Amino acid sequence: MRRNGIFAKAFCALFALFMLAPILVVIGVSFTPTGYLEFPPSGLSLRWFRAILDNPDFIAAAWISLKLALIAATLATVLAVPAALAIGRGSFRGREALQALFMSPLMVPTVVLGIAFLRFLTLVGISGTFTGMMLCHVVIVTPFILRLVLASVVGLDAATERAAVAMGASDWTVFRRITLPTILPGIVGGWVLAFITSFDELTVTVFIASPSTTTLPVRMFSHIAQTTDPLVASVSTVAILFTVALMLTVDRLYGLDKLLIGEGKT
Amino acid sequence: MAFLDLVNLTKTYGTFTAVDSLSFSVERGSFVSLLGPSGCGKTTTLQMIAGFEEVSSGRILLNGRDLAAVPARQRGLGIVFQTYALFMHMTVAENVAFGLEMRKVDRAERKRRVAEALDLVHLSHLADRYPRAMSGGQRQRVALARALVIQPELLLLDEPLSNLDAKLREEMQLELRRIQREAGVTTLLVTHDQSEAMALSDQVIVMERGRLQQAAAPFDAYEAPQTSFVSGFLGKSNSLRGRLSGKGPEGSALDLGGLRLQGPAADLPPGEVELALRPERIELVAEGEGLVSGTVSEQVFLGDQWLLKVETPLGPLLILRRNTGRPEAAPGETVHLSWQRDHLRILPVEGAA
Amino acid sequence: MTMASTETLRETARPALPPAARKWLLSAPMLLLFALMLLVPLLMTLVLSFNSFDFYKGIGGDLSLANYAEVLGDGYFYEIFGRTFGIALATTLICAAIGVPLAWFLNRMTPFWRSVMVLVVLGPLLISVVVRTLGWAIILGNKGVLNGALMDLGLIERPIRLMYTSGGIVLALVHVMLPYMVLAVWAALQRADASAEAAAESLGARPWTVFRRVILPQAMPGVLSGSLIVFALSASAFATPAIIGGRRVKVAATAVHDEFMNTLNWPLGAAIAMILLVAIMAVMLTWTRLVEARVGKEYA
Repeated sequence: MRRNGIFAKAFCALFALFMLAPILVVIGVSFTPTGYLEFPPSGLSLRWFRAILDNPDFIAAAWISLKLALIAATLATVLAVPAALAIGRGSFRGREALQALFMSPLMVPTVVLGIAFLRFLTLVGISGTFTGMMLCHVVIVTPFILRLVLASVVGLDAATERAAVAMGASDWTVFRRITLPTILPGIVGGWVLAFITSFDELTVTVFIASPSTTTLPVRMFSHIAQTTDPLVASVSTVAILFTVALMLTVDRLYGLDKLLIGEGKT
Repeated sequence: MAFLDLVNLTKTYGTFTAVDSLSFSVERGSFVSLLGPSGCGKTTTLQMIAGFEEVSSGRILLNGRDLAAVPARQRGLGIVFQTYALFMHMTVAENVAFGLEMRKVDRAERKRRVAEALDLVHLSHLADRYPRAMSGGQRQRVALARALVIQPELLLLDEPLSNLDAKLREEMQLELRRIQREAGVTTLLVTHDQSEAMALSDQVIVMERGRLQQAAAPFDAYEAPQTSFVSGFLGKSNSLRGRLSGKGPEGSALDLGGLRLQGPAADLPPGEVELALRPERIELVAEGEGLVSGTVSEQVFLGDQWLLKVETPLGPLLILRRNTGRPEAAPGETVHLSWQRDHLRILPVEGAA
Repeated sequence: MTMASTETLRETARPALPPAARKWLLSAPMLLLFALMLLVPLLMTLVLSFNSFDFYKGIGGDLSLANYAEVLGDGYFYEIFGRTFGIALATTLICAAIGVPLAWFLNRMTPFWRSVMVLVVLGPLLISVVVRTLGWAIILGNKGVLNGALMDLGLIERPIRLMYTSGGIVLALVHVMLPYMVLAVWAALQRADASAEAAAESLGARPWTVFRRVILPQAMPGVLSGSLIVFALSASAFATPAIIGGRRVKVAATAVHDEFMNTLNWPLGAAIAMILLVAIMAVMLTWTRLVEARVGKEYA
């Protein structure tokens, strides 16, 4: 195959600069010793990282986000795996409708989902609670898990399960010993993607979070809307580092490209 | 009663009949092939024996016991799948041990039998490898060991060699036969490869469009095909149309578009018949001694043999000739063809039977 | 090995469910959650958009088209929707213009550089949109990185206004949406026959011709599906327009947010949201029809 020429290389370099610029700028600004957003920073200081510790708001929000993402991703996985096993093989009446329904949170504009959840939670009387928020996040992250688990279920050779059955394995044994280990990479990948999606979710959560259940993205969003100090940049930097660490772990375990290539919202 | 009996076995999907009242028997310890083109119903038959497809009607008897009420899990058959269906997340030894685990065989016994099975397929040195890192031939052996270790009453092989390249396939054929003899297990092989079926089996069962065409020893099926489908499917064959005009003193009298020929005695009423003639049974003879003459139109060198296509008044005939190291008749040459009377097979016209 | 009697297998006779019933049973928990937590809320929102609203009495139980009439009869909302779809369209076009060549170059890289570039494309997807948009806000501000650099270089005398403009929103949205476009186009190019490019070259085509006559047509299905995603996501984007556009440059999503969280006129907000939903769906369906008609012709 032909390699790229000088024009192509320059194009790629500019593209990389464009993609990384905002992230690098945020990281750079977080080290400023001054009290305003300044890039490049005039010095190196950890002042704004220490400031995080003085802002229990951000730490509390981070904990809520973490808890929310862990529970929502796990719950969504528990629900999505059996659904994927049902939808992933063999056709049955209503299969397409089911799949379309489970993937539909990707099709509906998030702002519409946000107000729908708000209206629903308010009428039911659990508006602003952690439980309500968690249920909404399960719905939002489900398509991400479902897509990855579906892909691994479709790739599963049904003959391996039959082989196990022929050797005398019961349904449960087949699932535990053959099916589950085979689709595990898809499940892990889906869980991670769901976790990140929930952890970063803003548009829906901005409607349904109450002051006591504010998540990190919502906290940062309202902070940016009110003031422009470097505190939010240092919080972002910590979040970026957290994400990078997670990415490296996933890459080691699973292969990051495999996780993300299926990700485009359709 | 034979070891395995299929009685009027039928499988329908809606209006489509995949297997049409199929009956045959398999003797204990024998190696039987279910042979036919893809879509002939052979795999469906195997799946019904294994218990993965429901039987529409008819019965499957194993050792006199009707399998209808026995779920796949409890049939205790050894199966080698076309894709091998190895458990990719388990080592070779774990794959082989799985069936024993399901049978609650204790650890020491399990270990001994896994070792024995791997020894049988010559894979003892790879016991701790994962299937992903193995060649097609090796995976095949793992699948075989996994199926045999449970000491099944019946071994089912679903196109086990179709994913291997030609050379490896030949090697594995010999290997498969050896393993089957050593294990002494009754074996049913499903294949679309006629040479594989003939090389391996004690008996071939030829199927087409869900129906049984012929069940016979490979030699008998090849030499005495009962239908023109069998004659065309097993090896190469020239197929000619003619009329059976009557019974002569030394067999039957045939009329092929004006050419009068003698054929072997046939148990058919006079009328339209199909004649099958193997390419390797046609000889080139001197002028005046032939039954028919023709012009060579194509000449293909196959290494150990020559394939000639000769245009004759009967239509084009394929001829296979052993390569004896001398040049063969070239295109354009006129040749004279002959064959022994008994090598002509007289068959009912397709569709009439 | 010799034939021995088969070990007995555990007998666990259980009445088997018909396969379809089993599948519905497996999907049931998810179905229940989605019915309760997705279909019911969406339905409630639809109803809400027909309710009346009074600043003193709150949301009324009556049903009317008043909210829709208000939105569709007010130039202010036309401006918002016009801006929303203008921004979405511009974002889509720019993403396609950058994404197609990039996906092509990606295909021609050595494996090492390709994985580096894939990381550059995909990595940002994993970082919160809030963080990325904050970065853009720092870059685009009047005293921001970009204006500072341009003034230092002497290219401009006075800072260009980028924050709180549609242009700034488009720029930041392009950054958010590019990964989706690149992924879609790249997937299409990978499905294509790699030797077609070599074949074109062997027939004497120059790089630009190869791109125009071979790569672009092969990338087209990806561009079309990528555009659909990018357009839909851009038109309903919230975080980026909210931060870059501020209170002055509103789009549909931020207008809905305003009605719900500031004005507290939920029925009106719901009506705006429903119009946005219907408009996006209409564009997507029309687009899919057009694409299917075109692709169908090509591959029939």
